[in-house]
Amino acid sequence: MEATVEKYTFKDFTSDQEVRWCPGCDDYVILRSMQKALPEMGVKKEDVVFISGIGCSSRFPYYMDTYGMHGIHGRAPAIASGVKLANPDLSVWVITGDGDAMAIGGNHFIHLLRRNINLNIILFNNEIYGLTKGQFSPTSLVGQKTKSSPYGNTQPPFSPGELAIGSQARFFARIGGNTPKEMTQMFIDAEKFKGTSLIEILQNCVIFNDGCFTKYTDRKVREDMQLFVEHGKPMVFGKEKNKGLVLNGLKLEVVTIGENNITQEDLLVHDAQEKDPTLHQMLVRLDYPLVTGIIRSFTDVTLEERENALTEEVKSKSRFSKTSDLFFSGETYEVE
Amino acid sequence: MATENIIAEKNGQKPKVLDAVVIRFVGDSGDGMQLTGTQFSDTSAMFGNDVATFPNYPSEIRAPQGSLYGVSGFQVHIGSVEISTPGDDVDLLVAMNPAGLKTNLFAVKPGHTIIVDTDSFTRKNLEKAKYETNPLEDHSLENYRVIEVSMTSLTKEALKDVEGLDNKSITRSKNMFALGMVYWMYDRSIQHTVDFFNKKFKTKQHIVEANTKVLHAGYFFAETLELIPNAYSIAPAKMTPGTYRIIMGNTATAWGFLAAAEKSGFELFLGSYPITPATDILHELVKHKHFGVKAFQAEDEIAGISSAIGASFAGDLAITTTSGPGLALKGEALGLAMMIELPLVIVNVQRGGPSTGLPTKTEQSDLLQAMYGRNGESPVIVIAASTPANCFDYAFEASKLAIEHMSPVILLTDGYIANGSAPWKIKTVDEMPDITNNIIQEYNEDWHPYERNEDSLARNWAIPGTKGLEHRVGGLEKDRVSGNVSYVPENHEYMTKIRDEKIKRVQNYIPDVTNEFADEGDLLVVGWGGTYGSLHSAVKEMYNDGYTNVGFVHFNYINPLPKNTKDILSNYKKIVVCELNNGQFAKVLKINFNDFDFLQFNKIQGLPFGNSELIEKFKQLLK
Repeated sequence: MEATVEKYTFKDFTSDQEVRWCPGCDDYVILRSMQKALPEMGVKKEDVVFISGIGCSSRFPYYMDTYGMHGIHGRAPAIASGVKLANPDLSVWVITGDGDAMAIGGNHFIHLLRRNINLNIILFNNEIYGLTKGQFSPTSLVGQKTKSSPYGNTQPPFSPGELAIGSQARFFARIGGNTPKEMTQMFIDAEKFKGTSLIEILQNCVIFNDGCFTKYTDRKVREDMQLFVEHGKPMVFGKEKNKGLVLNGLKLEVVTIGENNITQEDLLVHDAQEKDPTLHQMLVRLDYPLVTGIIRSFTDVTLEERENALTEEVKSKSRFSKTSDLFFSGETYEVE
Repeated sequence: MATENIIAEKNGQKPKVLDAVVIRFVGDSGDGMQLTGTQFSDTSAMFGNDVATFPNYPSEIRAPQGSLYGVSGFQVHIGSVEISTPGDDVDLLVAMNPAGLKTNLFAVKPGHTIIVDTDSFTRKNLEKAKYETNPLEDHSLENYRVIEVSMTSLTKEALKDVEGLDNKSITRSKNMFALGMVYWMYDRSIQHTVDFFNKKFKTKQHIVEANTKVLHAGYFFAETLELIPNAYSIAPAKMTPGTYRIIMGNTATAWGFLAAAEKSGFELFLGSYPITPATDILHELVKHKHFGVKAFQAEDEIAGISSAIGASFAGDLAITTTSGPGLALKGEALGLAMMIELPLVIVNVQRGGPSTGLPTKTEQSDLLQAMYGRNGESPVIVIAASTPANCFDYAFEASKLAIEHMSPVILLTDGYIANGSAPWKIKTVDEMPDITNNIIQEYNEDWHPYERNEDSLARNWAIPGTKGLEHRVGGLEKDRVSGNVSYVPENHEYMTKIRDEKIKRVQNYIPDVTNEFADEGDLLVVGWGGTYGSLHSAVKEMYNDGYTNVGFVHFNYINPLPKNTKDILSNYKKIVVCELNNGQFAKVLKINFNDFDFLQFNKIQGLPFGNSELIEKFKQLLK
């Protein structure tokens, strides 16, 4: 099948619509990364569908020269589920933000993850409502001053990864909004993964929440503050590649190679494919270092697979192939 | 009507011939009244009678035994004449306990018959039914013909030799004793029910034996009992020849969609969330995976419609089913479907409102919600089924209109026709009209997503997976041709008007409405949706009684209204709009035809119209 796919470039996925995000917004990085990733996925352009909700991020489908729908607030996961169940051959992408996915659309978000439909969710997390001009969101920090919390936010935040894995997410990845190369590869990996893939992008909002992730994403500190995990590799981070994670009782602990007789062999090795999500949850919750990369990637049966198997089984046993078989079955009678 | 005929006389052997009869079986939720009623109506239908049924059960799943609110009932109307409602006045009430008698006696006119299980009239059960004295002893039933039968004891006696039955199973068979009696009284064969048990309990022979024995016992008991003066017979009705089956409204709705999917070649997708009284459509459609039906039980009403919108975008015939409060939740998504102009059918099985209202009762009070319950200017097609059997036709029609006009269609039914059942002359897909579509099969350079068919104004439909037709749709206002986002003031006005005009033009594709009885005259009775049976039989009775100045018109197409509506309204001196709400269709008619005076007859009790109240009202209007 892949042999018939044309060779595309990012231009093939660029629509004729003028992009209208604020200058300097990470959304531009995400858009370009997606346009670069799609030609590498081996999918036909006409099979790609982007579904979004409402918010800054949700303008995304207009800028992609693919099939797309700009839906209503919070409902993109439900709309996308319908698209994928109607035609499992499509490559379906949900574009959403922290307010869209976790406030108004929280219900659809958790149920999509639970069902494990084979589609991809890109969550633009900027810890603020941008399009409505600066109210706190479900990921805003306690104390954060916003237009709707002038004295500081009093509502504790969700951690998207924690919520997602608690909702049985099989694939969860996190990445800074200023790392296009890794992001591009992550999109390709998400598409390859069979099941619902969720990528949380730490996306800086230059207008209403500028710098909210700087302590993790700034180029100067990035390597010291982020642990970019890769399946099968030891959990090492730091400019000097000399820091790492070990498990100490029920806690993760940062250690330094060369101190206290610690060697690389003592570090945890990342197993993204483990079914038990306990360690993945611990990694998601960590403040230092902030864990990025594909944290969880556990392959499981998808909803479509279950549905298809049932349909085939029912079809093979059924005596009904046309509706008239059904309509005339059972208790009918003749009037003369 | 039958009521005059049924006053019994002791007149020898030959069954008395009746036109029609109304029987109501009532008892505790666990007494098997739904099964008893269904068996009687199925047997009668197979005998050739026209039938209409209506179940009435409590919203509590297992209400305390013997309590007034735990009473479950099933009403059957059978006739040798056309039957269009489950009937008003009960000719025979079968009451399995005091609570059943207490809550249903009002429906039985003096002189009519009541069969009671005397074994259940214990002090405890009488107390639970709030009887201070035993109605069987205090002469309060003097005006009725009461047949007292110790059904529980007789059932036990009949089963004393059957092995492997516990006490509970024995007591539970007493409904078959009652059914056996009623079969004899109305000259029906018990064979259909025996066959039913043989099929249903294939592997439990002792259950089959027990039920068959009790059924026989009841039948022979009635035959030999001197208390039953004579049996009644109802001749087969004159119905159009063909193959029939008894169908419930909700099943007919589900099957209409199956037929539309087969006819149109689309796969059927249902996104739904359980809600009374619409859930049976979901229950029915989930069974039919063999036809490739994709039935998705979503996390809520909003996800139900949103998933259907997604499925429609991807090229399925997509539907969502709900009832009043669910339609309110679906409002925003319905607006999206209207804006992106995709086919979608929304079924609203109306129930008593507002808010949670009366979930198990019927009403027609979601009409204005269907017409206007969305933000902005957002017209959609609204149609309504009017009988249990024609739910099939209107589900098919809703699908056809949605696909051909690229629009959401709201199909209104209600709890009364959805749960009611009636004979359905089985239709095949070959008999149904063709369904065309606006799908663009392949790219050409002149193609645009929002270009429209000149006549219908339906837009082009490009389905993901089709090369070269990649495009974006969404809830933001769109450019009139490209479908790209447009904030141009003139474009918004143009698009608002063209969406409105598109729905208006549906008028060119729907049939004229036909009036019945008087073509012109003093009074026109107007109805819509599920009240057809009640209104039709009331006007028919009056017309046959010499009121040849009364006409009747009933609407299935609400938005838009049929083209000839005004012509029909113009032929009568008075118009009365009858509905189970506070006057919603009357408002719709006033908006469209403000030079008429629309009188109203409204009933808002969670109940269907009664024959006598309608006739009384019509006669009063004629004075």
